[in-house]
Amino acid sequence: MSGHEKPQVSHFDPPHATVRAYVYGFLSCVALTLVAYAVAITDSISATTAIAIIAALAIVQCIVQLVGFLHVGNEFKPRWKLSVFILMLSIVIIVVAGSLWIMNNLNYRMIHNPGEMRDYVERQAGF
Amino acid sequence: MSVAAHHAQAEVAAANRTVLGFWIYLMTDCMLFAALFATFAVMRGATDGGPGGAELFDLPYILIETMLLLTSSFTAGMALISLHKKKKQQVLLWLGVTFALGAAFLGMELYEFAVLAHEGYSWSRSGFLSAYFTLVGTHGLHITFGLLWLLVMAVQIARKGLGGNTVKRMTLFGMFWHFLDVIWIFIFSIVYLWSGLV
Repeated sequence: MSGHEKPQVSHFDPPHATVRAYVYGFLSCVALTLVAYAVAITDSISATTAIAIIAALAIVQCIVQLVGFLHVGNEFKPRWKLSVFILMLSIVIIVVAGSLWIMNNLNYRMIHNPGEMRDYVERQAGF
Repeated sequence: MSVAAHHAQAEVAAANRTVLGFWIYLMTDCMLFAALFATFAVMRGATDGGPGGAELFDLPYILIETMLLLTSSFTAGMALISLHKKKKQQVLLWLGVTFALGAAFLGMELYEFAVLAHEGYSWSRSGFLSAYFTLVGTHGLHITFGLLWLLVMAVQIARKGLGGNTVKRMTLFGMFWHFLDVIWIFIFSIVYLWSGLV
């Protein structure tokens, strides 16, 4: 309940939005971006390792910006913003992972040899 | 509870509802981008014999773009903090810097698109390029509308001051602008860095 709270000067004040928080957030995002970039352009790192590191850095930077700039989780109960965020995240994971799974599976089941494909169309499919 | 306190509480509740409503819009926008990211991930190898990301993308150029957008996200936050300190000139200054950085980002992106199209690698070249232009172009379109919003807001602040709905508008704009930078992290990592690798 917000009944005991003093009415703020501005009702839209994000709680704890300070210059210091923004500067730290900004500097860590710059650092994370530069490290990801360095990993991508270094030839001695294998592609698989590089992808894993870049993905991890992207997720960390995403969390830094969500918490530092968008103040996710920084609200009073009931945490509606966080609830909607988690709903979005589940749908995003289902859409992205589901699409990749289905399309890879379809690709796997396709006939990749053009000659075999022509043969199949002529003999099996009846057209 | 006094009438004034009750009134103030009702106002806080209304303000929170506005922020939550805009937040729900941003989350649905995330789902839209998720569909485009999924399409891009599926289409990534579908180059139809044409060039892939490693040949097409100029990574140092993209890094500059990324830094411009990241800095503009920071300056948008600074504008909001100046607003809470009720310093009109500072607000306008930070908004101006945000606009300049955002416009530079958009200019660089459009130039990159123009160069690709000029070299014969437009969206009609391959499935990969269709997915690329749709995903990055949708983000660019959001940035365009954000810049328009920013411009209108800055003119209103310059002419009418910080009263009225300014705090509400700027809070929502700040959310929108930060959100676009969060989306860009994934465009930078998935579209440019990942495609640049393989």
